[in-house]
Amino acid sequence: MEYKITGFVHIRDQHIFLDGREIFSSNVSKDPGDFLKQAYSELQISYPKFHKMDVLCKLGIVGTEVLFRNHQISPDTALVFSNASSSLETDKDHRKEMNGIVSPSIFVYTLPNIVLGEISIKHKLQSENVFFVSEKFNAALIKDYTTVLLENSNVPAVVCGWIEWKNAEYDVFLCLVSPEGKINFNRENLEELYYFQNERSAN
Amino acid sequence: MKDLYLLDDVIISPLGFSTEENLASVRKGISGLELHKNHRFSNGEFYAGIIDNTLLQQAFLKIGNPDKFTKLEQMMLLAVHKVIATNPGLDLNETALILSSTKGNIDLLEEKTSFPKNRVFLTELAKVIQDFFGFKNEPIVVSNACVSGGLALAVAKRFIAAGNYEQAIVVGGDLVSDFVVSGFNSFQAISATPCAPFSKDRSGISLGEAAAAILVSSRKPKNSQVVSLIGEATANDANHISGPSRTGEGLVISIEKALRKSGISGNELSYISAHGTGTMYNDEMEAVALSRLNLTSILVNSFKGYYGHTLGASALLESILTKHSLLKNELFISLNFREAGVSIPLNIITETRKETLRYALKTASGFGGCNLALVFKKEENGV
Repeated sequence: MEYKITGFVHIRDQHIFLDGREIFSSNVSKDPGDFLKQAYSELQISYPKFHKMDVLCKLGIVGTEVLFRNHQISPDTALVFSNASSSLETDKDHRKEMNGIVSPSIFVYTLPNIVLGEISIKHKLQSENVFFVSEKFNAALIKDYTTVLLENSNVPAVVCGWIEWKNAEYDVFLCLVSPEGKINFNRENLEELYYFQNERSAN
Repeated sequence: MKDLYLLDDVIISPLGFSTEENLASVRKGISGLELHKNHRFSNGEFYAGIIDNTLLQQAFLKIGNPDKFTKLEQMMLLAVHKVIATNPGLDLNETALILSSTKGNIDLLEEKTSFPKNRVFLTELAKVIQDFFGFKNEPIVVSNACVSGGLALAVAKRFIAAGNYEQAIVVGGDLVSDFVVSGFNSFQAISATPCAPFSKDRSGISLGEAAAAILVSSRKPKNSQVVSLIGEATANDANHISGPSRTGEGLVISIEKALRKSGISGNELSYISAHGTGTMYNDEMEAVALSRLNLTSILVNSFKGYYGHTLGASALLESILTKHSLLKNELFISLNFREAGVSIPLNIITETRKETLRYALKTASGFGGCNLALVFKKEENGV
């Protein structure tokens, strides 16, 4: 079967794009936490647990909230995520706490796949999960693994892509992949969509 | 989907630096968990499975300079080296390197370290291993909490079946770092005594460190018995990020899917290698899940009493032990199990013994609500 990129979301540099069109931006604060809090209220996401999460999970929640807006999401939808820094920023927070009182509510976020858990809880997804760590966005890896799941694991749809948070920088590119849509799901299109928006926001 | 054959493997742990040494200890019921000094505990000590630095460096000297590599790198390099050494014809241009770890070199976040700061990245850890041996392909790194090691095997199966590679070396490893000790201790999850999976008196996990590596291939080896991975699945609980689902939801789904893929039914299983961490909630959840699937009569053990919880290595290490159980028709006692302590009786292995085995199930669960099930099959000559 041919699979399509049914929808895609970017979150970068205080901008959120859905299918390439800007749906939210802010120049109030460079701080990722502030930006995400503002996005949360502007996008009318109502989910109090959001405020307990680290930035990586908040990025995932906001990203999927936007991505799922116009689509029915099956509980069998798989999550294939990747980044370069794993959970490094929260690791640093835990490291600071190690000199004093350690908080389990920070420690639990010192794993990159927690964002998959948070998204699964929010959207009741009980499906395949994987978190890959790669130096850069590896379109071939994401495309190949997603395709294997769609073809061999009875998965109707996959949310796949990149979710990176390092220092005050964040870079999210998530695609919903299913049989529906117009853009063919292949490495070239994944790369183009990922880099195209990157260049645009750099200009 | 093509099956994945499990070939040569190596376990680096407090119980030895080869699979044979590890199996010899497990067979005798010897545990790697010992008392170690640690200021984070009120009595100044805790039980953990920690690899002796001097012994490790001595072993590592045969392949490299221990000053140039972190402890975890030495463990993982040693494991991969031994796998490659037993397969002299192995073409590393055609072999994928798949690495699993939860925290890698996280101890390098300490201020005082002679290693470059970027070694804290999992991709750098993978690069160190890639460059040491000269793997051509960029390594694939899986970091998915406590299912990572087994998930790396599933990833190998999936990529090999898709034709991306013919074979792969899967390596998993994690340390007992102050980072994880302080974290698990903040959850009050660490047992004051060696962990006692499924036992009534269990009171938490013991942490352990290990590296494990295995060569896997789509080509069936000739002239020998072999174990293959015939079904694999993961499933999220969609319930809680730091505790398992009380109903075992994700574990049930992952086992059902893995069994369906393998084409066997649950009652054909001869043995289950459970996650069995020794926490109240985890072990109870597993019992509930096995009960929902009518698998409570299948013989089951946990290897955590021997090794502790080795995090990103555990599901790989335990899959390797499961492979040897199948090959040698040998079931290992679930160490430190004393009295049934979950709400549904399980068929816990209480003595190490010989029994004809054919199919085994390996399960794992972790933070983020992730669950993994792997189904293994022993293939006899011509069967």
